[in-house]
Amino acid sequence: MSALNLLIAVSAGYVLVLFIVAWGAERAAARGRGGWVRAPIVYTLSLSVYCTAWTFYGAVGYAARSGLEFVTIYLGPTLVMLGWWIVLRKLVRIGRRNNITSIADLVSSRFGKSNTLAVGVTLIAVIGTTPYIALQLQSIALSFGAFSGGFTGAPAEEVDVSQVAAWSALGLALFTIVFGTRRLNVNERHHGVVMAIAVEAVVKLVALLAVGVFVVWGLSGGVTGTLARIDASAIGQWQMQSPRWVGITFLSAAAFLCLPRMFHVLVVENEDESFLRTASWAFPAYLMLMSLFVVPIAVVGLDLMPAGANPDLFVLTLPLSQGREGLAVLAFIGGFSSATSMVIVAAIAVSTMVSNHVVMPIFLRTSGTGALVSGDVRAAVLITRRFSIAGVVGLGYVYYALSTGGAALAQIGLISFSGAVQVLPAMLGGLFWRGANRRGAIAGLSCGFAVWTYALFLPSFGAGVVFSEALIETGPWGVTLLRPQALFGIAGLDPLLHGLFWSLALNVGAFVVVSLATFPQPLERLQGAQFVNVFQQTGGRVDLAGRSAQSEDLMVMAQRILGTDEALALFRGAAQAQGLAGFLPEPDAQFLERLERALAGSVGGATAHAMVSQITGGASVSVEDLMAVADETAQIMEYSSRLEAQSEELTRTARQLRSANQKLTRLSVQKDAFLSQISHELRTPMTSIRSFSDIMRAAPEMSTAERAEFAGIIHAEAERLSRLLDDLLDLSVLENGQVNLNLREGRLADVLAQASAAAALGEDGKRLEVVVAAGDVTLNTDLDRLGQVFINLISNARKYCRVAAPRLDIRAWTEADGRVMIDFVDNGEGIARDLQDVMFEKFSRDSDQKAGGAGLGLAICRQIMARLGGTIEYLPGRAGAAFRIILPQTASVAAA
Amino acid sequence: MSGRPAEPLYLQRRSYRMRRVIDACRLLPFLGGLLWLIPLLWPQGGEAAFPTSRAVLYMFGVWAVLIALGALISSWLPRGEEAEDSAASPAAPVRRAEDAP
Amino acid sequence: MGRHVLVIEDEQNITAAITFILSRDGWDVSTHANGVDALEAVQARVPDVLILDAMLPGRSGYDILRDLRAAPDLQELPVLMLTARGQAKDRARALEAGATQFMTKPFSNTEVVDAVRTLGGL
Repeated sequence: MSALNLLIAVSAGYVLVLFIVAWGAERAAARGRGGWVRAPIVYTLSLSVYCTAWTFYGAVGYAARSGLEFVTIYLGPTLVMLGWWIVLRKLVRIGRRNNITSIADLVSSRFGKSNTLAVGVTLIAVIGTTPYIALQLQSIALSFGAFSGGFTGAPAEEVDVSQVAAWSALGLALFTIVFGTRRLNVNERHHGVVMAIAVEAVVKLVALLAVGVFVVWGLSGGVTGTLARIDASAIGQWQMQSPRWVGITFLSAAAFLCLPRMFHVLVVENEDESFLRTASWAFPAYLMLMSLFVVPIAVVGLDLMPAGANPDLFVLTLPLSQGREGLAVLAFIGGFSSATSMVIVAAIAVSTMVSNHVVMPIFLRTSGTGALVSGDVRAAVLITRRFSIAGVVGLGYVYYALSTGGAALAQIGLISFSGAVQVLPAMLGGLFWRGANRRGAIAGLSCGFAVWTYALFLPSFGAGVVFSEALIETGPWGVTLLRPQALFGIAGLDPLLHGLFWSLALNVGAFVVVSLATFPQPLERLQGAQFVNVFQQTGGRVDLAGRSAQSEDLMVMAQRILGTDEALALFRGAAQAQGLAGFLPEPDAQFLERLERALAGSVGGATAHAMVSQITGGASVSVEDLMAVADETAQIMEYSSRLEAQSEELTRTARQLRSANQKLTRLSVQKDAFLSQISHELRTPMTSIRSFSDIMRAAPEMSTAERAEFAGIIHAEAERLSRLLDDLLDLSVLENGQVNLNLREGRLADVLAQASAAAALGEDGKRLEVVVAAGDVTLNTDLDRLGQVFINLISNARKYCRVAAPRLDIRAWTEADGRVMIDFVDNGEGIARDLQDVMFEKFSRDSDQKAGGAGLGLAICRQIMARLGGTIEYLPGRAGAAFRIILPQTASVAAA
Repeated sequence: MSGRPAEPLYLQRRSYRMRRVIDACRLLPFLGGLLWLIPLLWPQGGEAAFPTSRAVLYMFGVWAVLIALGALISSWLPRGEEAEDSAASPAAPVRRAEDAP
Repeated sequence: MGRHVLVIEDEQNITAAITFILSRDGWDVSTHANGVDALEAVQARVPDVLILDAMLPGRSGYDILRDLRAAPDLQELPVLMLTARGQAKDRARALEAGATQFMTKPFSNTEVVDAVRTLGGL
C-alpha cells in the first residue's frame, strides 16, 4: 500500500470514527441519556478548537524561528480562563439568558438589537475567518505533501496537494452540514459536533505528546539531555522583543473571547455555567500540555533535520526521518484533527451569523408579508444555514487556491486574530459599561475594522499584490503620515503591533467618544441595563407592552420557527403559568420576552425581535420599558410598582372626578341653553305686544283700520305666547311623570280622522291631503294624548311639506306580537340629516321660523309616546318625511 | 429614593470568606500576567544571556502553579444561588414587612 | 328726506313695530329679514344707523356684525343690537362683536327712538 493511499485511508477512517462519535452523542442526547455528553470535561476539551493546525504544526516552526515567543499565543487564553469570574461568567450568563447565537448576535442584542451591528460583526467574522480556514486547508495539504517522499523503502509519488485541499474542504463542509444543521434551535446545542471536537482534542494532544515523548526520551536521552540540547541550539539564549511578548499575549487573550469559533464553544455551546469552574483550570492545563514539548521538538528538529527543512512540519517530518512511520501517521492525524475541528466550528459559527443576520433578514423582507409568510420558515433557515456553511468553507478553499504560497498564509494567523479582536471594545464595553451605545459601537467597529484592513490585512498579501510597494514605502499619494505600516509617522514598530495598536486605539477612542456624545434609544438602554446588571436580575425584564398582539399570530409564527410541538409546548406552558386553559396565553411582556428568546435561538436576537414586534406592533419601547431602564434592582422595581399602583389609583380618582365634573358642566350648559331658549321664545312675542300696545296708547288719533291691524297683531302674539306656555307646561308635566292617563277603548281610525280634521287645514288656508289606511284597529290607551301626537305630526306635515299638492299617507297595522304600527309619510323633501338627530329635542325646529311653534312639538310627542309605552321615531330613507309610531294595543297601567 | 436597603457593614463570616475567594479568582490572572512579565527583565544576548532551558522551566513552572491555584480557588468558589448573593449584592435583600403592597 | 335706518330682523311683527315708530320720528326705514345676505343689504345702501337682531335665520347677528366691522367703510357705522336673550354674556358678546349699543327685547318704543337718534348723531 502506498503512503498516500494509506493516509487517505487513515483520514477517511478517522472521519468515519468522528461521524460515529457525533452520531452516537446526538442519539444519546436525544434520548435524554448520556450525561457523559454534557460533562464539564467535554466542554473543556471542546475549547481546544483554539488549537488549530496553525498551532499544532506552526508552534514548532514558530519556536524554531523565534524561541519562546510562541508561548504567548497560549498565555492569553490561560489568563482569561483563570480569571473566568471577571468576564467569562458574565458572558456565558448573558449568552444563556438571551439565547445568544453568535458574537454578532451578542453585540447586536446589547445595542438595541441592531441589525447593522450584527451585519458589521458578521462581515468582520467572515473576512477574518476565511484566510484562517484557508490556512487549515493548507496545513492538511502540506501534511499530505510531507509524506510524498514515501515511507522508507516505498517508492516516492507525486501528491496533488491542491486536490487534497479540495477534498478536505468538501468533506468538512459535508460533516458540518450533517451535524451542524440537524436542528434549528441553536440553544439545543450541537452535542454531536461538541463530542467530536472533544475527541479530536484528545487525539491532537495525544499525538503531540507522543511526538514530544519520543523526542525527549527517544532522541535526547531524557529531560536533562533535552535541556542541554535546548541551550546548545540556535534558540538557546533568551531573546525577546518585549512589545511583542506583551502585545501577543494581549492579542491572544482578546482573540480567545472574540474569535467566532471560540465564542461559539465558550458561550453558545455552553451547557451549564458551572462547567466554567472546571474549564477555568483544566483548559490552561490542556494548553500547557499542548505547548510542553514544542521547544524540544523544535530544537531537535533544527538539530537533526537538513538545513532547508520546513520547521512548520517538524512534528511530522522528524518521526518520519527517524523511521517512525506509525508515530508520523499519529502526528498526521493530530494535525488533521486540529484542522478539521477548527474548520467545523468556525463554519458553524460564521454560517449562523451569515444566515441569521444577513440572509434571513433579506429573506423575510423579500418574502413580502414578513413574519407571517406561509409555510415553514425552519426549512428556509436550515437551507440558508447549509448554504452558508458550504459558502464559508468554499470561500476558505478559494482563498487557499488563490493565495500563491505558504508565506502569505502563515502570517495570517495573528492578523486574523487582530481582525476578530476589533469586536472586543464593543463587546466588553457592552458588558460592563451601561453608557456604551449603538452609535459608539458602530463607530468603534468601523474605525477599528478600517484601520485593520488598511494597516494589517491588505499589506499581508505582500507588497505589490494589493498595495504597491510605493504605497507601502511612501504612503498613498505620497502622504507619509498615512503609510499603512507607519501610520501618523510612527515608523520602526513591528507591523503587527503597529496595526493592532492603531486599530484598537482608534476603535476604543471612537467607541468611547461617540458613546459619550450620543444618546441611546430606549431599547438600547433597556438591553444595556440587562446586560450590565445580568447578575442582579431575578426575573425577566419589565414591560415590552404589546397588548394588541395576537396570540394566534404569534403561535403561527412560532410554529414555523420552533416546530409545531415545541411551539405548542411553549405556549401551553405560558398559558398555564398565566392560569389559562388551552394554548393561547395572554401576550403579556413576560411571555413575549420568553418567546423572543426562544426564537432568538433559531434566528438571532435582532430577527426574533423584529418578527415579534411585527406581530405585536410594539416595535417601539413603551413608557414601562423606560421605567425598567431606570430600575436597577428588584427592590427598586418593586418600589416603583407600588408607586405605580398608587398613581394609578390617583389617576382613576381624578378620572372619576373629571367625568363627574363634565357631567355637571354638561347639565348646566343644557340648563343654560334651555333657559336662554325659553327666554328668547317668550320675549319675542312679548316684544311685539309691548311695542304695539305702546303705539296704540301713545297715538290715540290713529285710524280704525290701523287700530284693528295692531290689535290683531297683539292678539296673535298673545296667543302664541299662551300656546308656548301650554306646551312648556305640558312637557314639564310629561317629563316629570305626573301625567294621568285617561285610558279608553276606541278605534284608531276614528282618532286619526279627528286629528286630520283638526290639523289638515291651516289658519293660512293651506290644505294638506291626508290619506288614512288604518284598517280596523282597536286600541285601549289614552286616546286624547294619542290624538295630540297625531295632530302634531299632521300639522308638521302641513307646515313643512312645501310642494304644490301636499299629501300625507297614514298607514296602520297590527304586528303579530300585538303592537300597533302607524306610519306617517308625506311627499315633501324629508328632513335634513343633521336635523334628524336632534329634532326630538326641545326647541329644535326647521330653520324657517315662520312656520310658527317653539320647536317643542316633537319633544312632547316623544314624551307622550313614552308614557303610552310606545315609541316615535323617524324613518330615514323614505321619499318624504316619515315617522313611525309603535305602541301597544293596550297601554299598560303600570306606565301611568 | 429609599427603596434599596443599605448594605450592612459587616457580613457573615461565610459570606466574607466567599467574597475573598472571588477576589482571589479575580486577582489570579493579574498575578499570572505579572509573573510572566518577569522574563522581560532577564538579560538578553551577549555573555550574560539567560539560557532558554531555564526560561522554559520558569514559564512552565509558573504555568503549573497558576493551574493549581486556579483549581484550588475554583473549588472554593461559591456555587449556584450562593454565587448570586455573594457576587451581586453583599447581603440578600431584606424585604421588610411594610414593603408588601 | 330723513336719515336712513336699516332694520335687520326676522320677526315680522317686531319689524313692523320698529318701522312704524321710526317712520313717525322722521326716519327713512328699510328692512331685511334674514341673515344670509344681510351684509349685501347693508352694502347696497349704507344706512346712517343699523338695527340688528342677534338671532337671524341662516346667520347669527354676531357673525354678520363681525364681518361688517371687517369692511373698512363700515367700521364706524353705528349699530344697535337687539336680542331676546337677556343674559349678561349676550351683552358682552354683542359689544365684543362690535355693537355700538345693545338692547334687550322687549324694549320700550321711546328707548328705541332715543337710541337711534343718539346713534344717528341727532
